Amino acid sequence: MSITVQSISKSFGTAPALHDVTFEVPAGSLMALLGPSGGGKSTILRIIAGLEEPDSGTIAIDGEEVTHLPARTRGIGFCFQHYAPFRHMTVWENVAFGLKVRHRPKAEIAERVSELLELVRLDGFSRRYPAQLSGGQRQRMALARALAVQPRVLLLDEPFGALDAQVRKELRTWLRELHERVQVTTVLVTHDQEEAMEVADRIAVVRDGRLEQVGTPAECYDHPASEFVLTFLGPATRLDGSWVRPHDLVVTREALPGSHRGRIERIVRLGFEVRLEVLLEDGTDTWVQLARRSYDALGAEVGDEVHVHVGVGRRTWPVGEETDPQGQSLVGVPPAP
Amino acid sequence: MTYLSLLVLLPMVAVFSKAFSGGPSAFWREVSQVQVRAALELTVVSSLIVVVVNALAGTAVAWLLVRDHRSVFARVIGPFVDLPFALPTVIAGIVLVSLYGPNSPLHADIAYTRTAVVVAMAFVTLPFAVRSVQPVLAALDQESEEAAASLGASPWATFRRVTLPSLAPAIITGAGLGFARALGEYGSLTIISGNLPLKTQVASVVIFGFVENDDLPAAAATSLVLFALALVALLIFSTIRRRFITAELP
Amino acid sequence: MKARRLALRWGLRLFCLAYVGFLVGVPAGSVVWRALSPGFSSAWNAVTTPAAIHAFVLTLESAALAVALNTVFGVGMALLLARRRFPGASLLEALVDLPLSLSPVVVGLGLVLLWSSREGWAGPWLAARCIEVICACPGIVIASAFVSLPYVVREVLPVLQEVGDEQEQAAETLGAGALTTFWRITLPTIRWGLAYGVLLTTARILGEFGAMSVVSGDIVSRTQTFTQFVSDSFTNFDPAGAYAGALLLGLLSVAVLAALSFSRSREARIR
Repeated sequence: MSITVQSISKSFGTAPALHDVTFEVPAGSLMALLGPSGGGKSTILRIIAGLEEPDSGTIAIDGEEVTHLPARTRGIGFCFQHYAPFRHMTVWENVAFGLKVRHRPKAEIAERVSELLELVRLDGFSRRYPAQLSGGQRQRMALARALAVQPRVLLLDEPFGALDAQVRKELRTWLRELHERVQVTTVLVTHDQEEAMEVADRIAVVRDGRLEQVGTPAECYDHPASEFVLTFLGPATRLDGSWVRPHDLVVTREALPGSHRGRIERIVRLGFEVRLEVLLEDGTDTWVQLARRSYDALGAEVGDEVHVHVGVGRRTWPVGEETDPQGQSLVGVPPAP
Repeated sequence: MTYLSLLVLLPMVAVFSKAFSGGPSAFWREVSQVQVRAALELTVVSSLIVVVVNALAGTAVAWLLVRDHRSVFARVIGPFVDLPFALPTVIAGIVLVSLYGPNSPLHADIAYTRTAVVVAMAFVTLPFAVRSVQPVLAALDQESEEAAASLGASPWATFRRVTLPSLAPAIITGAGLGFARALGEYGSLTIISGNLPLKTQVASVVIFGFVENDDLPAAAATSLVLFALALVALLIFSTIRRRFITAELP
Repeated sequence: MKARRLALRWGLRLFCLAYVGFLVGVPAGSVVWRALSPGFSSAWNAVTTPAAIHAFVLTLESAALAVALNTVFGVGMALLLARRRFPGASLLEALVDLPLSLSPVVVGLGLVLLWSSREGWAGPWLAARCIEVICACPGIVIASAFVSLPYVVREVLPVLQEVGDEQEQAAETLGAGALTTFWRITLPTIRWGLAYGVLLTTARILGEFGAMSVVSGDIVSRTQTFTQFVSDSFTNFDPAGAYAGALLLGLLSVAVLAALSFSRSREARIR
C-alpha cells in the first residue's frame, strides 16, 4: 500500500509548520522522515495518520484519497513517541484493544494477540501492566498493538527516541527484521541520521517545514541536494573553500601537487577510527578521519607538519551555495603513495 | 454552560444587583451600620490571626509529617489533620464546644468569646495550611539542603535560605485558601461564638440575621463586601506567590 | 550539636502533638465521650427519632441527586478545559472555582434572590406553575450542587492534563469512536481522580449548613437537613441529640476520609 503526500501545507496560528511537502512512499517500503527537532517531521506523520488536518494538499493511501477521513477509518497503525500505552490495561488487553472495538470474535482475538506477542517477543508478559515493563518492552508492545489491526500502513513517531543507546541499537536491527517479515508500508520519524541510514529504504530530509531531499540513504549521502543535507547526514569538513567528507581526505608526509600544508593540532583515537585535527597554512581548521591502519602507517604526532588533499574520485561541494547534487569530482591529484 | 450560569452566575448577579438596588448611597449606608462594620472588622482580624498562626503551625506539622514520618507522633497526628476538612462545620462547632464550652472538662470555657472565634477558624482551616505545604516539602530535593550544609551553612541558615524559599509559594497558597475559608466560615461559629452583636458576631452570621429579618438589601450589601474581601485577599496572595515563583529558576 | 538537634526534633514533635491534639484530637474524643456517656442506646434513640430519620434521608437523597449532576457536569467541564483551547477558558475556570471563595450564607442569599417565590427573579414565574424552590427540596438540591460544584473538576482536570491526550489518539488510530474512547480509555484513566472528586463532593454536601440554613426553611420533618437537625438540637438544649448526631456525621466523615485515602493510594499505584 503506497502513501502519496501531495503539496501539504500547514500552519499553527501564524507560524508555518509545513510548506508544500510532496513525496511518495512505495508500497512495502520503509521510509524515514529525518531532520532536526521542530522541523515538522512529526506533523507530516500526524497528517498522514489523520491526527491533524492539513491546511491544503492531499493524502492518499493506496491511491484512495483519505485527507478528510478520521484517523480511525484510515487503516493505519500509529506508534507514539512515548508509546501512549493504555495504563489501566494489561499488555494483552492493550494489544487486543483494536480488535475488540472492531467486535472480532473472541477466538480470533485470542489467536491474533498471542501471535503478535510472540512476534514482538513479549509472550511471557501478557498479564503485566505497562508500568511493569521496561522502555524497550513498552515500545514493542506499542508496535504489537498497532500491528494487531492489520493496518495498511505503519507510522512510527521517534520510535527509539526515549531509549538507552544500547537498547536503541538492538531495536533498530529488530525493526528491520520485523519489517522484512511483515512487509507493511512504514514511515518512521527520527532525528538520528545513523538510525535513518541503517533502517530505512528511503530517507526524506525535512527542515523548517520544507522537504530538502528524498532518496535512498546512499543517494542522500553521496549526492546531497543541499548544504544542509550534506552536513546533517554525515561528517563534513572544509578544504580549500569546499565541503568534503573527512574520510575522503588523504594525509601525507610529503607535499604533493594540489595538496595543502598544515600542522596536526590534536589526535583523537576512537578505536578503529582516528581523527586528526589539522590547522592549514591558509588558516582553515579541518579534520581528517583515518582508519587505524592508515594512521599507524603515517606515524604522525601532534605538532608534525603534514599535507592534506582530497582522494581521487572523491566529491567536494562548494561552500555557501546550493550544491550540485552530482557533486564535483576533483581531478589531477595523484593517488597517495 | 447553561448549568454553570444558572447555578452559579445568576445568583451572584442577583446579589450584586440587590446590593445596589437602592443606589450607591444606600449600599454605603447598609455596610456602614455599626453592627456590620464591627462584624467585618472582627472577621478580617480573626482571619488574619488564624492565617499567621496556622501558617507557622501548619508548616511545622507538615515538616513533622514529611521529615519525621516514621515516628509515632507523625502516625498519630496524620489522620487528625484531615478531619476538620471532612467534618461538617456544625459538627466542628459542636466538637469544639464539647471541650471548650460550658461544663468544659478542662475548665477552659471560652465559648461566646472572641478567642472562640479564632479557635474555630483555626480548626476549620488547619488542613489547608498543612496539606498545601506537605506535598511540596515531600517533593523537595534534599540534595540542595545537603549542598548548603556541605558549603558550611548551619541548619538554621540552610532552612532559612534554602528550604523556606522553596516552601514559600506553597505556604502562601495554603494561607490564601485558609483566609478565604475563614472569612466565610459560618457553621462552627454559629455554635461556638454565641453571636453576640458587636462582640462575637462575624460577617456571615450578620448576613444570616439580615436574611431572617427579611432585610435582603442589607444582606446583599454585606455579602458583596465579604465577597470582595475574599477576592482581594486571593489576588494579593497570588501576587505575593508569583513574586516567589519568578525568583526561582524556570 | 547533636543534643541541640535532638532537642529541636522533640520540641517540634511535642509542639505539633499539642497543637493538633488540643485543636482537633481531644475535642473529637470528647464528642465521642459525650455522645456515648449516657449509654449507647440513648444515643441511638436520639438519632432515630422520626425527625432525625427524615432529616437524614432528605440529606442523602438530595446529596445523591446533586452528586450525580455535578459528576456529569464536572467530567464534561474538565474535558472541555483540558482538551480544547478557547478564549475565556481561564475565566470559566475561575467561575467554576467561585463557590470555594464564597461564604455559604452568601450562596444561600444568592439562591433566595434568584429563586424565591416572593422576591426572586425566576421564583414568581415558577411559583405560578406551582414549583417552589426555596423552602423546598429543589432549593436544597440546588444549594448542594452550588457549594460542591468545583470538586470534581478540580480533581479530574489535573489528571487529564497530566495524562495528555496521546492515549485517546492511540485509541482513535486503532479504530475506536469518540464514545468508545471515552468509556474505555478516558473514564478508566480518570477513575480514581473522579472517585476522589465524587467523595469530596459528597462530603461537602452532607456537611453543608450555611447555605441550607438560608434556603431550606428548616421545617422539621419536611425540609430540615441533618446538619440543621444537629444544630437545632444543640440550640434547643437537647445535647443528647446534638452530640449523638454529631458523632454519626463525624463517623460518616471518617468513613469518607478513609475512602479518600484509599482512592488516593490507588491512584498513586496506577501511575
